[in-house]
Amino acid sequence: MGRYIVRRLLQAIPMLFLISIVLFALVNIAPGGPLAGHGRSRRIRPEKAEILKRQFGLDKPLPLQYVIWLIGNDWMRVDADGDGIAESYGERRGILRGDFGFSFQTRRPVLKEVADRLPNTIYLMTVTLIVVAIVAIPVGVISAVEQYSLFDIVVTTFSFIGQAIPEFWLGLILILVFYAWLENPFTGKPFLPSGGMYTLGEEFSVWDRVRHLILPITMGMVGWIAWYSRFLRSSMLDVIHQDYIRTARAKGLTERLVLYRHALKNAAIPLVTIFALDVPYIFAGSLYAELLFSWPGMGRLYYQAALRRDYPVLMAVLIIGAGVMVVCNLLADIAYGCLDPRVRYE
Amino acid sequence: MNQTRNGTGARVHESMVAMVWHRFRRHPGAVAGLITLSLLVLSVILVAFSPYDPEKSDLSSRLESPSWKHPFGTDPLGRDLLTRVLYGGRISLAVGLMVVGITLLIGIPVGAVAGYFGGWVDNVLMRITDAALSLPALLVLILLSAILREVELPLVQRNNVLTIALVIGLLSWMTVARLVRASCLIIREMEFVVAARSIGASDLRIVLYHILPNAIGPIIVESTLEMGYAIMEESGLSFLGFGIMPPTPSWGNLLGNAQQHMTRHPWLAIFPGLMIFLALISVNYIGDGLRDAFDPYKVLKQVGEV
Repeated sequence: MGRYIVRRLLQAIPMLFLISIVLFALVNIAPGGPLAGHGRSRRIRPEKAEILKRQFGLDKPLPLQYVIWLIGNDWMRVDADGDGIAESYGERRGILRGDFGFSFQTRRPVLKEVADRLPNTIYLMTVTLIVVAIVAIPVGVISAVEQYSLFDIVVTTFSFIGQAIPEFWLGLILILVFYAWLENPFTGKPFLPSGGMYTLGEEFSVWDRVRHLILPITMGMVGWIAWYSRFLRSSMLDVIHQDYIRTARAKGLTERLVLYRHALKNAAIPLVTIFALDVPYIFAGSLYAELLFSWPGMGRLYYQAALRRDYPVLMAVLIIGAGVMVVCNLLADIAYGCLDPRVRYE
Repeated sequence: MNQTRNGTGARVHESMVAMVWHRFRRHPGAVAGLITLSLLVLSVILVAFSPYDPEKSDLSSRLESPSWKHPFGTDPLGRDLLTRVLYGGRISLAVGLMVVGITLLIGIPVGAVAGYFGGWVDNVLMRITDAALSLPALLVLILLSAILREVELPLVQRNNVLTIALVIGLLSWMTVARLVRASCLIIREMEFVVAARSIGASDLRIVLYHILPNAIGPIIVESTLEMGYAIMEESGLSFLGFGIMPPTPSWGNLLGNAQQHMTRHPWLAIFPGLMIFLALISVNYIGDGLRDAFDPYKVLKQVGEV
């Protein structure tokens, strides 16, 4: 097991390098080059552009630029004032040492920007996933057990609908209904707030936080509930016809115990794998909710960076995203092995 | 030539289509999906006869509510929303089809070469596939189209249909590649492949005439679902302002532009979204129907016979 994990991690390293090379190349062959989003005025005088190029090390060949991006330039002399003479050691430490550079927009370290936003995204997604689990698990189990019942038909139909509703459209409709149309009969204000994590200028209250969560969570959860309940249903259907379920029934266990202890545990094995693979998508998907409901998370950070071509931020989020993806893939495989003793790692 | 190639194969092929169609017909959701999608395709074709221009503004009829004259109302520039939504449908469906084409064009060769030849070729191709799968797709899509917004190459210009289709296609061939590879791994060991090789069939011939036809079911099912993903991704990108650029309408950018007016003119937000929903749900149901139709084993398993 330990050896398997090490081998997988070693395999992941060339893959991450491949991804980083592709991303780096993309940004550097883009029209306008990596500085397209730098500076407020669009037109920079040619001689100023030359100086900027030297200051950012863009006059060097691309492979060397890539190496500098990876490991930094504090080991070599750089041309800090752009006069064409390399005089002092560089200050960049490279992404391998956690230096993702500075945001073009805010001039703050990219890692600080990310660290500011990440908890908000994790907060939103954790609550969403808890709600998804609470709804999807019982719904999936019941519709499998009562296959072809009215409940099952309704659930199956809803899961098709839920997977076909574009998340961003659902968000707009929710704003329309709960912010624009419905109003609170006591205060005359909109029924639910249309954005933010809490009401500005008000003291902390759990109720206020919850009110701000309802719409973004509803928007995010519908598709995932549809997907997971459908997945769990088919996985349960595979399991409940197995011999060991018949055995469990035969030895007189209650139906509840049979279903939730014996059947669900086995049906959940593929679910865990799928979930680990979905985590990155769930985080990327929160982009729409964060935008529509002005949620100060990673998705909105990325969107704003993309609008202004703030490449350091974009690259950082993508590299971190790819890293998370690789780790989740590995976790999925490990979880599979832990949960299903029949799986052996060579 | 056909007869020497297939022998009795031609008839077998026909009967497979008949068999699949027979099973497909018994799936009510799939049939409903097929009808809805056909109507949708028909109406985006027939919109050519609409009396209104999709891009020319008419400031005398701004933001009108739905009426007989304008069934979906009009937009802030006085353009008929129904006409725009249907023209947008052309774009969205075209992007969907093109993405499927690109997906197959990349996915089938990659998967076939990897699965058939194995060894280091397989290893390299699958590592590339893994790497592509490890990219957070939505975020890369945004980055690519943010870059391509400024690009003016022949054919690929400022996020036109082809550009968006290419961008989405480049990020969605991996599932097909894995599917084809898996089928190749199974089928290449079968006796009829060994037989074909023993009479001197070339590798290319074996893959094209013996392996791929036997993997066609999963490929078709996956293509259908891929079309749904592509429509969703295109709409999302255009909604965010990184996809198809106005004044060319697409379902996504119609929705995106509806945001500032929707409180007082909700139809602007309701109708384009409804169209995305209809297209996606019909494609998903068709995919589900095809999956059942191509996989008799699954039906037997559900009945408990296997």
